[in-house]
Amino acid sequence: MRHLLGIEHMSRDEIERVLETSEAMLEISQREIKRVPTLRGRTVINVFLESSTRTRVSFEIAAKRLSADAINVTRAGSSLSKAETLADMARNLAAMSADVLVVRDSVAGVPHMLAERVRVPVVNAGDGCHEHPTQALLDAFTLRQSLGSLEGRVVAIVGDISHSRVARSDIYCFTKLGAEVRVAAPPTMMPAGIEALGVKPCFSMKEALSGADVVVMLRIQQERVAGSLFPSVREYASTFGLNARTLALAKPDAIVLHPGPINRGVEIASDVADAEPSRILDQVTNGVAVRMAVLYLLTGGAA
Amino acid sequence: MSRLRISGARLLDPASGRDELGSLDVEDGRIVSVGRDAGGGAPDEVLEARGLWLAPGLVDLHTHLREPGQEYKEDIESGTRAAAAGGYTLVCCMANTDPVNDSPAVTEYIQRRARESGNVRVRVIAAATQGLRGEIMSEMASLATAGAIAFSDDGAVIMDAAVMRRVLEYARGIGRPVIAHCEDLNLRGSGVVHEGAHATCCGLPSSPGEAETVMVARDLELARLTGAHLHVAHVSAARSVELIREAKAAGVRVTAEVTPHHLLLTDEEIRGYDTNKKMAPPLRSARDREALRHGLADGTLDCIATDHAPHAHYEKDVEFTAAPFGVVGLETALSVGLELVREDLLSPLSLMDRMSTRPARAFGVGGGTLEPGAPADFVLIDPERGFKVDAAGLASRSKNSAFLGKELRGRAIRTWVGGRVAFALDEELVR
Repeated sequence: MRHLLGIEHMSRDEIERVLETSEAMLEISQREIKRVPTLRGRTVINVFLESSTRTRVSFEIAAKRLSADAINVTRAGSSLSKAETLADMARNLAAMSADVLVVRDSVAGVPHMLAERVRVPVVNAGDGCHEHPTQALLDAFTLRQSLGSLEGRVVAIVGDISHSRVARSDIYCFTKLGAEVRVAAPPTMMPAGIEALGVKPCFSMKEALSGADVVVMLRIQQERVAGSLFPSVREYASTFGLNARTLALAKPDAIVLHPGPINRGVEIASDVADAEPSRILDQVTNGVAVRMAVLYLLTGGAA
Repeated sequence: MSRLRISGARLLDPASGRDELGSLDVEDGRIVSVGRDAGGGAPDEVLEARGLWLAPGLVDLHTHLREPGQEYKEDIESGTRAAAAGGYTLVCCMANTDPVNDSPAVTEYIQRRARESGNVRVRVIAAATQGLRGEIMSEMASLATAGAIAFSDDGAVIMDAAVMRRVLEYARGIGRPVIAHCEDLNLRGSGVVHEGAHATCCGLPSSPGEAETVMVARDLELARLTGAHLHVAHVSAARSVELIREAKAAGVRVTAEVTPHHLLLTDEEIRGYDTNKKMAPPLRSARDREALRHGLADGTLDCIATDHAPHAHYEKDVEFTAAPFGVVGLETALSVGLELVREDLLSPLSLMDRMSTRPARAFGVGGGTLEPGAPADFVLIDPERGFKVDAAGLASRSKNSAFLGKELRGRAIRTWVGGRVAFALDEELVR
């Protein structure tokens, strides 16, 4: 693995390798002294040009637990605010001997573009509506903790599929691991040609959740889509929200995931988010381990 | 007065239907004889052109020369040098310069610069509305007197149907076509690529073919209402071809063009986030491409036009959504056309018709013929000559070609404008 730009072009073996490595990394996070010297002297630059707390902190902790130096760059404080192009900024960061660039941007394809222009491994930490590969890997890791394997399992992904990078990465990851994936949204949030990704589009919770082993709820960006892609938050919550009633459509022991941050009362009701089927906080815990594994594998991985 | 003879070439003259081996004589900047039996007397110079095609110079109805104001992208000298290298002898330049070509002064300036520095003939398209703002029509009569041959706001789409109606009516009165870039900007929204599975996989904002077709339908209705000559620019969607076919059958005065990139490429190309695959309208589906090819073959689409749109490397070397729309095309269009000939979609003669005779007639700009008496604007083509498209090999100041790195086959090897050699690939004509 030279870069981690997306799940789409990863093989099942590569995915398995990350998940296996993550097991060992999770063990490190559970120690009293949560730090190993594996990446001592290495420099990880987190280039977060779109706001993020969870993912940025998760990558930073991951780097530090491996003893790498982690540096954060945000748009406001960067040379981009002085009209430097992104490509030039990346070349400059690479010239400072960075060992990994972790890139988050609001535009699809930016990690791909930077990977073509610098010799440093690039990790996609979310690019526009394209992919968020580490989220999918940590989701798969979390599901395997509960289910053992994804082979033959039914996963329903519910929310703004059109604008979700998590949906795309999850679809690629889960189908490669043998799951049957359904996606659910009003037609206004269902992207054209989604069937080409090997999933079944559904337009109701009943259709999507019946017999599902896993329900992945996506965050609704209320400020962006309410009023244009659906009439109101109230109507969305009543038709595509996950609550005790709609969760009952799935298998009795179904698991609930959400990439966060959650909108309580919008796409997910508090009693579901905080209850037993929810693995939302496990996802966050596992996220650090998965990102440690990714950084480790991209920087050589020979330990 | 010296006489040049080109002998042994395959003469392709759509204007007369001529497709035969023969020779062509030029004297004093004009064609003096052409055909199988031409070639008596003693010329001063003879070019042996066996195995090559000789056709009227190509005519491009849609070129952005960028002068005045954006000479860092292209200027009239470099743009017309690219044109000559592509086999073109006449290009029509769009109005979105800086300042906008919405005044006789700018129209006259462009023509003067073209006389001073142009390598091929240049005809000027002026803005349809003042400042390309889509509100108040430009001084079309004065612009026509100054030399404007057509009117267009191009990508600054006239969204107000009432304004478009008045523009068409007024242009009809002065006998000039209106060129419409048909894209509903609301329906396009933030879209930068064609809506479909490829856009979905890439996560790029997209818009459907209907962003074009609803506007094609509107403008065809307005052309029907006004009796004006509507020219639909760079048709990209299958349904647009059907709409234009129906309108033509109903007697609406409409002509239409299609670009080389829409004829050869599909939206699959966007998968690598290459900003040299970003243009408006976007590359569409394989089904759309098929419809465009058949529309060109059956004449629904009158001509191939390049929409040659130079942009500096640094402008394209940015995030996909931030990059400007457009690609250069003058130097690769003929090779793309020859690909369609090899696929048996067009005969050599009909390709020359779509790239020279028909566009010349559509706008009444002259050229497009090898008949005796016509200006000596013609091109010698080697249909087998292969080359790899690379930045260094392009004459255009900008290198934003959608075909960079591709191997193409067939190209212009020598171009004459008014009997003068405007481009020569080799010293010798032998292969």
